[in-house]
Amino acid sequence: MKKKKKASRRALTILFSVISLVYVAPIAIIIFNSFKKKAYITSTPFSLPTQKSFVELQNYVEGITKTHFWSAFATSLFVTIASVIVILICTSMAAWYISRTKGRVSKVFYYLCIFSMVVPFQMVMFTLSKTADFLKLGNPFGLILVYLGFGAGLAVFMFSGFMKSIPIEIEEAAMIDGCNPIQTFFLVVIPILKPTLISVGILETMWIWNDYLLPYLILNLKKYATIPIVIQYLKGGYGSIDWGAMMGMLVLAIIPIIVFYLSCQKYIIKGVTAGAVKG
Amino acid sequence: MEKTIKKFFPIFVLPTMIAFTICFIIPFFLGLYLSFCDFTTVTDARFVGFDNFLKIWNDATFVHSLWFTSLFSVASIVFINVLGFGVALLLTKEFRGTHFFRTVFFMPNLIGGIILGYIWQLIFNGILSYFSRTLTFSPTYGFWGLLILMCWQQVGYMMIIYIAGLQSIPTDLYEAARIDGASSSQKLFRITIPMSMPSITICTFLTLTNSFKLFDQNLALTAGAPSDKTEMLALNIVNTFYSRSGWEGVGQAKAVVFFVLVAILVMFQIRITHNREVQQ
Repeated sequence: MKKKKKASRRALTILFSVISLVYVAPIAIIIFNSFKKKAYITSTPFSLPTQKSFVELQNYVEGITKTHFWSAFATSLFVTIASVIVILICTSMAAWYISRTKGRVSKVFYYLCIFSMVVPFQMVMFTLSKTADFLKLGNPFGLILVYLGFGAGLAVFMFSGFMKSIPIEIEEAAMIDGCNPIQTFFLVVIPILKPTLISVGILETMWIWNDYLLPYLILNLKKYATIPIVIQYLKGGYGSIDWGAMMGMLVLAIIPIIVFYLSCQKYIIKGVTAGAVKG
Repeated sequence: MEKTIKKFFPIFVLPTMIAFTICFIIPFFLGLYLSFCDFTTVTDARFVGFDNFLKIWNDATFVHSLWFTSLFSVASIVFINVLGFGVALLLTKEFRGTHFFRTVFFMPNLIGGIILGYIWQLIFNGILSYFSRTLTFSPTYGFWGLLILMCWQQVGYMMIIYIAGLQSIPTDLYEAARIDGASSSQKLFRITIPMSMPSITICTFLTLTNSFKLFDQNLALTAGAPSDKTEMLALNIVNTFYSRSGWEGVGQAKAVVFFVLVAILVMFQIRITHNREVQQ
């Protein structure tokens, strides 16, 4: 009986090792194709680079110059980090105010936030891009404001949900000891809020870093672009794709995601599950 | 205490409220109004009543994309959830490497839709080239291609939610079942699945809304080819706005219909989850 169990365990390990290999194969294929000549990428995508098809880093060099990749990378990084910080600070403050005061304005605002989570982007896409145009928001700083407005729904909802479980007595004690609301919030509430801050931060990071349509419609594309935009840009006007440059850029786009995943895997899985259960 | 906090309204709430008003409230209501107008930019809007909404149903591409999206959503619910649940069941057993395998399965979930689309476009075209076909040869290929892509991306995510659900099932239920002599399939259908219903509901609606609102993957994998036959609702709306001049009003009306459909799905979800909470 015991022997049988051991064997079946080993079989499962072997089975899942094989499945895992198949699962990461797409990424491996992209990586080795990025070192092959253009013609060989589409004709024989599943063979490793040979002496004849190997091109060193040519695809990367070509792709980077063609798309101005580093500038897009910098924009993506700046917009993602800055937006997430702004969203976390502003919405957690707003959520605290809403859950600690009773007033018609905060109530209406709270329900509008929940409502906004239901509305698909296509509904506001056109009017939002026109409004942003009118207010000259077509630069990375404007984009941060747009992300604050758009990310507010989920963030306010998740923060308010958590605030209800914090005992109000701790804050009252701080206020009696002479803290003003700002001190109370940053010195007392924020430390308690840390797990939720991380969850919301991860959710918003994944959304903003990968977002394509919103920055595409808002940004002034002559001056700025993000990584998803430059990748889509490699598809020419008539649907022809420069596969050489494409492979290089896909690899460069995936590397930061994998590094981010492996370094904060625990938080990512926790944050994503928290968002799923609440959303 | 409430009074002192209220004095700080401008610092605490105003920044979020201003951004939210500019980026959501104004565009939403303006969009709602514009769906009843004929316009090319916001300033030249002319009220036309329900004209745009009538035009939608004469637009064959929209009706087709509605069917395509619905069919795709149903297929992806079935495939992603069955696979996700199956993997979760196996990976909650005790054997070496479960943690590593979970890490691997979850990873594609973080990669953006545009990137995923081009990765899989290369792979599908590579496989189909053995049969001298391409991905855009027939809409059926595009459909299954998109489904495989979505499974690759989402199975790991659903697996994580299912694992959390499975681990919260009390073990004494299984012990009691073992003493009563239940077979393993009886355990699965009488204990595991009924006890997992909350996570099954969550995952079903997550996959439903994810597939229904799908845009990036659709754009990067096939972009609707061949001849808009693999175009999903979101892509159809964007194309109506930006590649057909004079159709902006119809595009906005389509967006309103899209919003109403999504809202109905979500209300349905809230209703079901709420009922279940009451039962427990």
